[in-house]
Amino acid sequence: MKNFILKYYYGDIPEDKSGGAADARQTATQSDWPLWEVFIRSKQGLDHKHVGSLHAADAQMAIENARDVYTRRMEGVSIWVVESKYIHASNPEEAESFYEPASDKVYRHPTFYNLPDEVKHM
Amino acid sequence: MSIKDLEKIFLDKIEKEIKIEPKDWMPEQYRKTLIRQISQHAHSEVVGMLPEGNWITRAPTLKRKAILLAKVQDEAGHGLYLYSATETLGVSREQTINDLHSGKAKYSSIFNYPTLTWADIGAIGWLVDGAAILNQVMLCRTSYGPYARAMVRICKEESFHQRQGFEILLTLSRGTDVQKAMCQDAVNRWWWPSLMMFGPHDSESTHSEQSTQWKIKRMSNDELRQKFVDMIAEQAKILNVTLPDPELKWNPERNHYDFGEINWEEFWNVVKGNGPCNKQRLDARRKAWQEGEWVRQAAAVHAEKRKARETQQVA
Repeated sequence: MKNFILKYYYGDIPEDKSGGAADARQTATQSDWPLWEVFIRSKQGLDHKHVGSLHAADAQMAIENARDVYTRRMEGVSIWVVESKYIHASNPEEAESFYEPASDKVYRHPTFYNLPDEVKHM
Repeated sequence: MSIKDLEKIFLDKIEKEIKIEPKDWMPEQYRKTLIRQISQHAHSEVVGMLPEGNWITRAPTLKRKAILLAKVQDEAGHGLYLYSATETLGVSREQTINDLHSGKAKYSSIFNYPTLTWADIGAIGWLVDGAAILNQVMLCRTSYGPYARAMVRICKEESFHQRQGFEILLTLSRGTDVQKAMCQDAVNRWWWPSLMMFGPHDSESTHSEQSTQWKIKRMSNDELRQKFVDMIAEQAKILNVTLPDPELKWNPERNHYDFGEINWEEFWNVVKGNGPCNKQRLDARRKAWQEGEWVRQAAAVHAEKRKARETQQVA
């Protein structure tokens, strides 16, 4: 049954109530923009750093929007955008077993080695 | 691993000041509370563009117009950083925006007040952004990674906001009698609502205890409010304005300013939707969303055409 009366609330209402939610839904599918992750190199010589995400219709729009959102104060010389679905990540819950081989190899650290004081520049 | 073990690992991280990141396990209530808080913070930024956007066409000089445009643009950017952080918690942008438009989500009640004169723009920069800065600096140490990082970025941009507001009032306070009166009038109207920005007293704040335990909130409402009063009372002297509180007085024993009680009836009234501009603000947001639909559709279609053209060229 279609609901012709949309009730709008203007203040603090409890979690379980919801106002005129229906209107946004129908048009959503046509204009759905995918999510992109944004990486910015702030200065020549530095790496690209992840700064956040945004929605855009395609890569060119994503780059232009990233410029407007993340570099208003000249904080970038280079922008990378990647659709979020193409980012693959390690599983934090498996971190313990995933990184375990490195945890007991203390000989990878320079401080493990005791050299006499006379040895210079090492 | 059992829920109990996962909870223990989570609380351990909180205790050791290790940030929680999007894919880490977290209690469902932690996730829900953050979605609520971060999205409402985002809505506040975007709705906050409206009272100031109101004066862009009427700024007294070209310089002031350019500055106000830049500030409002910043607020849009801040909203976007925060919507982006909300999305990392597993809720879609569409759902978040929808909650604002349907009236389900709140935003900071300060933006339900009207901007009646140019001096209001100065008062907002000085008082409202000043209050926001105190809150946001505190939140730079919040336990959820994306929220904390968004706060750091926002804080860098926010200090120009407060300075431009103070500078507007400074110029007015050194001007004609009419200008001085306009300055005082704006301060009279924005002072108490700014104090209300810090929320109810700690004793009445329902979410505070849990938020403090999980280090989402690092300082209490009353602590931040006291800090604000101490800071602003000193700055007011330079502007030669009086803050509209007869009980405002330096207390050498406490080493803080004493101040009067907030009109809590007004506070709850505005939060519940009966402020001067609640309806206006939401109507404006809904209108903007509806009238922007053709842009969203056009961009999507344009992107498809561009992609089709490129595949044709390659083929």
